[in-house]
Amino acid sequence: MAVTLNINGEDKTVDAGEGTPLLWVLRDHLNMTGSKFGCGVAQCGACTVHVDGTPTRACVTPHDLLEGRKITTIEGANGRVADALRAAWEAIDVPQCGYCQAGQMMAAVALLETTPNPSDQDIDDAMSGNLCRCATYMRIRAAIKDAATRI
Amino acid sequence: MFMLETINSTAKPVSRAAPPVLVNLSRRGFLSTASAGSVVLGLSLAGCAREEEAAPEPEKSAAEEIDTDELGQEADIMGGDATPSLFLAIAPNGRITMTCHRSEMGQQVWTSIAQVIVDELDGDLDNVDIEQAIGHPRYGDQNTDGSTSIRNQFYRYRLVGGGMRTMLVGAAAAEWDVDPATCRAELGEVIHDESGRRLGYGDLAEAAAEQPVPAIEDIKLKERSEWRYIGTEAPSRTTPKVIRGEGTFGIDVNLPDMVYAVIAHPPQLFSKPSRVDDTGALQTPGVLRTVRLPTLEPPAMFKPLGGVAVIARDTWSAIQGRFALDIDWEDGENADYNSDAFGEALQETARAPGKEQSNKGDVAAALENAAQRITAEYYAPHLSQSPMEPPSATARWTGDKVECWACTQHPQAARSTVAAVCGVPEDDVTINVTWLGGGFGRKSKPDFIVEAALLAREIGQPVKVTWTREDDIQHGYFHSVSAQYFEGGLDADGKCMAMLHRTVFPTISATFEHGVTTPSAGELHLGASDNPFDVPNMRLETGESSAHLRIGWLRAVCNVFHAFGVQSFADELAHAAGRDPRDYLLELIGAPRMFDPTENGAEYPNYGRSLEEYPIDTGRLADTLRTAAEMANWGRALPEGHGLGIAAHRSFLTYVATVVEVAVDADGGLTIPGVWAAMDAGTVVNTRHTAAQIEGGVLYGLSNALYGAITAENGAVVQSNFPTWRLMRMNEAPRVMETRIIESDAPPGGVGEPPTPPAAPALANAIFAATGKRFRRLPIIGANSDRLDLSDAQDA
Repeated sequence: MAVTLNINGEDKTVDAGEGTPLLWVLRDHLNMTGSKFGCGVAQCGACTVHVDGTPTRACVTPHDLLEGRKITTIEGANGRVADALRAAWEAIDVPQCGYCQAGQMMAAVALLETTPNPSDQDIDDAMSGNLCRCATYMRIRAAIKDAATRI
Repeated sequence: MFMLETINSTAKPVSRAAPPVLVNLSRRGFLSTASAGSVVLGLSLAGCAREEEAAPEPEKSAAEEIDTDELGQEADIMGGDATPSLFLAIAPNGRITMTCHRSEMGQQVWTSIAQVIVDELDGDLDNVDIEQAIGHPRYGDQNTDGSTSIRNQFYRYRLVGGGMRTMLVGAAAAEWDVDPATCRAELGEVIHDESGRRLGYGDLAEAAAEQPVPAIEDIKLKERSEWRYIGTEAPSRTTPKVIRGEGTFGIDVNLPDMVYAVIAHPPQLFSKPSRVDDTGALQTPGVLRTVRLPTLEPPAMFKPLGGVAVIARDTWSAIQGRFALDIDWEDGENADYNSDAFGEALQETARAPGKEQSNKGDVAAALENAAQRITAEYYAPHLSQSPMEPPSATARWTGDKVECWACTQHPQAARSTVAAVCGVPEDDVTINVTWLGGGFGRKSKPDFIVEAALLAREIGQPVKVTWTREDDIQHGYFHSVSAQYFEGGLDADGKCMAMLHRTVFPTISATFEHGVTTPSAGELHLGASDNPFDVPNMRLETGESSAHLRIGWLRAVCNVFHAFGVQSFADELAHAAGRDPRDYLLELIGAPRMFDPTENGAEYPNYGRSLEEYPIDTGRLADTLRTAAEMANWGRALPEGHGLGIAAHRSFLTYVATVVEVAVDADGGLTIPGVWAAMDAGTVVNTRHTAAQIEGGVLYGLSNALYGAITAENGAVVQSNFPTWRLMRMNEAPRVMETRIIESDAPPGGVGEPPTPPAAPALANAIFAATGKRFRRLPIIGANSDRLDLSDAQDA
């Protein structure tokens, strides 16, 4: 069933099975591989994208419910907050393997969009759904605080 | 991990003592990006080349282009094929291309190797492109494991950079008709100060390619004080891509006409389907077909597990199709494996006298005469490496040849195993190495790559195999479960006079040789036979144990449980002696000296290096311990419910000490206000990324110690995904973490693994300091609780 999705400002028509999660439509049908598969059950956050600005686990979100919504992935994350986060991430080299970092950054963008000067508790609340096996948590926290000063 | 070379020689071992040989490869097309007029320098690992003599003919594209006359001379020097292992090229535009033969998995090896080579080259690090090498014996040791990339190759990398610099300087001197000794190189230029002339490396490349390759002894390596990049914070070469969602991990590979596979693996190791009904799977939208994989026969090695693959037009359809498979599995030889009962049996084995592995003095008599005897037992469960990117591989056959793309730590083992299982020559297998979304030892095992190769051949189409998280957690190569037993004897002054250590665990060897029940020297030297305590009577014993899952290596391997046992027991002895744990640990480590485990009868491999080059230096261990204690302000007054714990451990030729502060409330709620870790890794190439490895390595250890347990019932792993296999999250991470890299001129040690082992005992010791409760069984909290069970732990 053909479905038209607005992804990073562009309309894309895909023909995936009913109920196929957005993650697999992005990765397997559109070859947009920036959003990652980590668990498939919304427990790790590696697949985090924004739907109308809200961080959303693409691995459990049926793509066919998203017509007319604005989907943003790491490839299309732009603007002052995303730019500040990228600058901070780069300045202190947050990533190790990098696999979870698209999800981390999409969660952090959403946090700073609503909370420009987050406390440690705000960071815990916003980021605890995103696992990192390299355990870059110390640098993620520092980079979010650094990004807040750059906006 | 080093084990592979000794247990399962699928990769050609590399003689590390053999001298490297430089080879000029200009205009031979070794690098796809090297254009005409480039100078290309290769580095051969001579020991590896000797191994290759009996191997099938070298890769054709290389063999056809090698000038045999020229290489014949090289071959005489080194006694074999001189096909080089590492390439460095400079193009006419001055751009430097480095072929990285090690896998990038977050340790920033693309950055660190480039730093070393370009430093000696006197190039500009901002002017370097990286090509990732395919898996091939010509690259020498590619097994990115055992924290070896820098520690085993540092000198060779410097030679290749220095060798090319020598040729560039020679070309410039010839152009100017001056003595090369009057020229110098700096940031991609050769400069003749007397005349003020300078030429860029790009302009010199073509002429440099005609220069004689310098003999190793004629390459003047820089003094330490002259290093520009080694020992600095050079930024990551991968981060700029990562933050934009770019870069290709194994799971990101996409080929034309590719289909997607997910596999129903046998729930027990060495079981197989007795009945398969794929009707439901084939009716699932998007599913194309199913394929039965060959049954796995022991030993497991790196072969696929067997099972039934579902092939579909996307990953989701394949996952849904797998749900719809109806399979009855036969019980196999591991059907009775229940890890709880097995763990009790392990502990029982550890209580009985075992096989002597090393001995000093007379422990039995010393314990008999001790003023105070202390006994303690420790247990640690199986763990899963669980990199965030699960195993994934893509394969495509063209005629009788197969090309694979995969996130592999060990591309040569992938090549040889794909060849062996598919029954084709190794030269017909190409392994392209992607980025790895974490490895931690799991991706040294290429079983998943073989699955992709088998399926692609069967269906005649390119296929990507994706392991779901459930596959990763239930069907991996698990960190071994272990039981340890300690007895210590103190004299009337509290001094430790005797220590007995027994360790019992299923051995990694069983994965490669079915039925092996005794641990190898290579496992025992990971924190047991190398215990340097200055105790007059010491004894190490082992017991036998069978393996019922695939046992593999996980970051720091047996060091993890051995450090937990030894460093927890040291804390227990300190408490029994009524002494401060830091002071007592320093006393156990003793005066600065070089400890040689073979003096106590141990077989001691020392991570493949000599004790002359890399001694067990108790002075460095003690210094690291003192540094961590100072960083933590050890001895300071702490708030109610807080405690500090300390541990120090040498592994992979590097010394790490860690202090953990915990805060425990009356209900057992635990937080970690701070962690302080000091590392002496000898010469460090990148201080920023080494600090990151300390941070990540410590937290990897804390996460596993707090929450990690893989258990089995009736042969099948119980945990399935992140709700039941638990990892540390942001809100559980320490609020403060300070790291320090101790400055040292010693040869480089490992970096990726050494930070992990001290974490668990420092944590348990801190909890004891805070609560008076000793946690001797891991995990300390587990997957299903949000707090310590203070009633459950044994009182000290």
